[in-house]
Amino acid sequence: MTAIDTSLKTTKTTCPYCGVGCGVLATPDAEGGAAISGDPDHPANFGKLCSKGSALGETLSLDDRLLHPLIRCSTGKLEQVAWTDALDHVANRLQHIIAKHGPHSVAFYLSGQLLTEDYYVANKLMKGFIGTANVDTNSRLCMASSVAGHRRAFGADTVPGCYDDLDHADLLVLVGSNAAWCHPVLFQRMLSNKLERGARIVVIDPRQTSTSDDADLFLGLKPGTDTALFSGLLAHLADTGTLDRDYIAANTNGFDEALAQARRIAGGTAATALATGLSEADVSAFFAMFQNTKRVVTLYSQGVNQSAQGTDKVNAIINCHLATGRIGKPGASPFSLTGQPNAMGGREVGGLANQLAAHMNFNPPDIDRVRRFWNAPHMATHEGLKAVQMFEAIDRGEIKALWVMGTNPAVSLPNADYVRTALRGLDLLVISENVLSNDTVNVGAHALLPALAWGEKSGTVTNSERRISRQRAFIPAPGEARPDWWIVSEVAKRLGYEKAFHYRSAADIFREHAALSAFENEGKRDFDIGALDRIPDDAFDIMPPVMWPMRKSHDHEQQRFFENGGFFTCDRKANFIAVDMPSLRTTVSQSRPLRLNTGRIRDQWHTMTRTGKSQRLGQHIPEPFAEIHPADAAVAGVSDGGFARISTEYGACVLRVAITDRQQRGMLFAPIHWSQENASSARVGALVAPLIDPFSGQPENKATPVAISAVTYAQHGFLLTRDPVALPPDAWWARVAIGGGFGYLLAANADVATWKTWVAAHGSDLAEYEDSTAGVYRAAAYKEGRLETCLFVGPSAVAFDWQAVRELFANEHLDDDQCSILLSGKSANGMANAGPTVCACFGVGRNTICDAISGGARTAAEIGGKLKAGTNCGSCIPELKRLIAQTPVSEQRPLESAAS
Amino acid sequence: MSEALVIIGNGMAAARLVDELGKRALGRYAIAVIGDEPRLAYNRVLLSSVLAGEATSQDIELKSGAWWRDHGVTVRYGCAATAVDTVAREVTLADGKRVGYSRLVFATGSNALRLNIPGAELPGVHTFRDSHDVDQLIELANSRKRVAVIGGGLLGLEAAYGIAKAGATVTLIHLMDRLMERQLDAPAAALLKQLVERKGVRVELNASTARIFGDDRVEGIELADGRVLQADAVVFAAGIRPNAALAKDAGIPVNRGIVVDDRLETQFPNIYALGECAEHRGSCYGLVEPAYEQAAILAEHLAGRTAGYGGSVVATNLKVSGVGVFSAGDFLATNDSEVVVLNDPRRGVYRKLVLADGALTGAVLVGDTREALWYLELIRNRTPVATMRGDLMFGRSMAEMKAA
Repeated sequence: MTAIDTSLKTTKTTCPYCGVGCGVLATPDAEGGAAISGDPDHPANFGKLCSKGSALGETLSLDDRLLHPLIRCSTGKLEQVAWTDALDHVANRLQHIIAKHGPHSVAFYLSGQLLTEDYYVANKLMKGFIGTANVDTNSRLCMASSVAGHRRAFGADTVPGCYDDLDHADLLVLVGSNAAWCHPVLFQRMLSNKLERGARIVVIDPRQTSTSDDADLFLGLKPGTDTALFSGLLAHLADTGTLDRDYIAANTNGFDEALAQARRIAGGTAATALATGLSEADVSAFFAMFQNTKRVVTLYSQGVNQSAQGTDKVNAIINCHLATGRIGKPGASPFSLTGQPNAMGGREVGGLANQLAAHMNFNPPDIDRVRRFWNAPHMATHEGLKAVQMFEAIDRGEIKALWVMGTNPAVSLPNADYVRTALRGLDLLVISENVLSNDTVNVGAHALLPALAWGEKSGTVTNSERRISRQRAFIPAPGEARPDWWIVSEVAKRLGYEKAFHYRSAADIFREHAALSAFENEGKRDFDIGALDRIPDDAFDIMPPVMWPMRKSHDHEQQRFFENGGFFTCDRKANFIAVDMPSLRTTVSQSRPLRLNTGRIRDQWHTMTRTGKSQRLGQHIPEPFAEIHPADAAVAGVSDGGFARISTEYGACVLRVAITDRQQRGMLFAPIHWSQENASSARVGALVAPLIDPFSGQPENKATPVAISAVTYAQHGFLLTRDPVALPPDAWWARVAIGGGFGYLLAANADVATWKTWVAAHGSDLAEYEDSTAGVYRAAAYKEGRLETCLFVGPSAVAFDWQAVRELFANEHLDDDQCSILLSGKSANGMANAGPTVCACFGVGRNTICDAISGGARTAAEIGGKLKAGTNCGSCIPELKRLIAQTPVSEQRPLESAAS
Repeated sequence: MSEALVIIGNGMAAARLVDELGKRALGRYAIAVIGDEPRLAYNRVLLSSVLAGEATSQDIELKSGAWWRDHGVTVRYGCAATAVDTVAREVTLADGKRVGYSRLVFATGSNALRLNIPGAELPGVHTFRDSHDVDQLIELANSRKRVAVIGGGLLGLEAAYGIAKAGATVTLIHLMDRLMERQLDAPAAALLKQLVERKGVRVELNASTARIFGDDRVEGIELADGRVLQADAVVFAAGIRPNAALAKDAGIPVNRGIVVDDRLETQFPNIYALGECAEHRGSCYGLVEPAYEQAAILAEHLAGRTAGYGGSVVATNLKVSGVGVFSAGDFLATNDSEVVVLNDPRRGVYRKLVLADGALTGAVLVGDTREALWYLELIRNRTPVATMRGDLMFGRSMAEMKAA
């Protein structure tokens, strides 16, 4: 490394992970990475970052990146082609399919990882020019129920509160949210409020989590019973005179029906306790806290949304806030914690099949308005297919062409194996991607288009509190990767829409998006950023985080909605919703006696295509697991740290078992992050039932009936490699990034001979350790002195710690001492290093002798007197004399070893 | 007046016995050391280093003349003992002089074995046993001759390495299918072969020497399978034989070596034997370490204390051709034993540990012999090792760190 390049300046950007939308300061390091820190000026995080955000600098490498357009040629192989050829090919195929099968035979499946500008262009092309609303997004799996709940209650998809409320609330109710792991920066903000202001925290979740560890009250309710709890609460609020009668009267409709229905569901503390499986004392405590605390924020996330009754859950919560007027007031609001960095931006442009654009809907005036604004030739006139239905239509052959952008549906959708199979039947599968390989790409894409990744792309994202922040590029575009908006626009132009897609920059698109939000708005629609519709390029470049709405008349930041009503329904009044009786869509049976709850872990994001590159993040939880209650484990005969086969009607996985009483009886928990790329059998999405909420279309990811049975492996161990490798077919494995390459955790029933053969085929220059009686085999393969592969396998009873081996592996080139200790699996820390043996009779090492010499022993006899070296057979005496000659008294070792 | 103690033999065993005795009973005996080699006792193990030019002949002298004087020893070197009269208690020397003794110790060592094959007596056939042999071999090597060394045991390897290092072209001829078959298993021997070849020694295995040919001096050798090797010299290094002739002539019972009991005493009272010439419980040892153990025991006994020698657990722990080699115990692993192996040819390291009934019973190390003595200790003490089995291979500090 030479001197630091001073042009490597710090860029303000936004984190690409969860919906908190933290500001990030990125300083490139001239080696493709970047130093990352929190932006102290960003109002989402004020300089804080979580573990995932902090490790962003480790995820920027170009390993595994898709850098050139690839087209599947007639031989079935992917071939690199010029951009013009790739774009021509995609446009021609789309045109052909639309001509033959109509516009509804094509679909886009987008991502909450896309920038608003990318989203806008894709949505515009599909809904205004191709003429179908078959545009959906992975946000469907994330917060569609919140969107539907908002729209039912407020007439628009409006988040009424803001992060500031978390600082001012006296009661924070977290429902179905493990914010400590999934929205860590916000959760820390809530904890600060608890510490500094004494706010209390209630956590409502079927399982105990890191979030519940900090709760004043934990309500471990039965799955799917949130609606009962909040119905009981509504009844309690009514019964205790806690209602804001004025607010209800002035600003809402439907209260009486909603309350009557709530009473039917859970008309009192006892009924609520019965319905939810909670104790009456806990229910009472919660009701009393809610009743007596005006400043209450109810935060909810996937535990609410990912449900076949998710929309009702959202409305049951909102009902309680409307009934008490605790909405849009400082420290009082319902609050949807969005999963993705730009799910909100996607909602704003209308990137969902049941939205049009700019928070407009599929009604004739809105359709006409957008048609006129876009000058669109082929407006979609009705809602399109939502994610789960979209893939069912693909399976039925009704959708012939699918363009996936920046998401991995073959992993993340429910019934994911079915999805994978369905994708294989497409006439055209186009994928805009960052990576060369993931489960969706590997289905057999016909065209792979290299898109810019975080750090390279530039545009805007919106976080959970409606704050629009800039994502900015701070490293150059690699290879031939291009912005998603550019790729879509180029295809649009080739489809004949040159004029409507003639964008020169993300700023161009943003201005059009802002103009559409204000177009014939006049305060009738919540989403309005008209103030920004003429923002110049240079102002866009330096645009600070701004919160919407920003109407043309904008003169100060509007932080909240609805404190005094003003909803976006026809009569500007909110709707109470009479929710359905809560019940899960499936029933457990003798053959599948448990329910599978799915979720996330602290240090991974989605399907790990980015976080999986960080070695730091791989250390927290390196392998896929299932948590189970001790009593259920005993019944199933599975043991802690062992393996189990988890199977549902839809698929099966083999996961490591973690037994914990933090899991309630009858429930399993498994994280969603692993795929075929990084584990042998952990596609948890394949287990999930594709049953959806009737309003939001969001699938029920957290309650699939499941069977569990023990799987035994005679061997376990680990493998470290420089590059990903194919393991013996029957082996269980999970892969993580480690220093210098990849680490595989292994379990298998293969014999030692199988592993020896495998190692021999994967490297020359082997060093091997074998205790055949104990069934232990370890091997290291070298190539031109570089450690390439390191394998440890042994019986399950032998504990393996891979830490020491990983530390050595990170070095690539090991010195002789490191090589000699490598296969021990232990660290040399604390071991005296005597150096190579000089006196064989008494086992005295060179370093020990040199120390004695420098300590004053200047003859062989003196060394012998001190160390016995040379006093038996004496054959080392010549070497002792040489060492005496070489070792100055003042120095500790001869030069050659001192240098090493 | 001190008791007369005569030691026949002026080698490593004799020197060590005097040393040990000096620590226990200095002055009790008037000691005479009689040796046929024309110099003070030297370290025979280091002859290969002298040959290889790594040490000078002077360097390997065990003790100085002053040391011997200070220990009250009369050293008669360059003077062979020719007869022992056990009745008169006298030793006859080559010059006809007689030396009386009260106690007598045989430390006569062993002789190099010469194969009984045609041509074995030709000029240019050498042995590798003493200082004189080494002088001749250095001369050979200096003139860049082609040398065939017969015998792929320890001695042969040392000779081959030394001669090659001194500049000659060396072929090592060995009857068996692997080197050092009495100390090494097949993988260890294969690694050793590789390491020796890397040092410039050509190795021929399964090679039985049929004859040495040449008109008036050595010109080459012919193997039993018909192969012919050109050579300017041949070195016999195929084994040693205890030098027990003098004792036998004196009527002292001798099998392969001079038979001694646990006090190292022959069947004649006050006559002892130690080192390579002695046979204890049926074993003759060809290594220095048992000789040193015997020297300590015998010194104890001569000092009037009770001590018994129970035999040595044979271990080889040497640098063979510059390569560390250790072998001990049941290294081939008999039926009920279990084997743990570490094989790292890239680094020239091979380790094999043999376990039975929860204890270490044998070990072979090639390349890195740092842990040899620890293994030997475990083998000798039959220390239970089951709990440290996983770490055993990686040395004492690793295995004991766990317990700490």
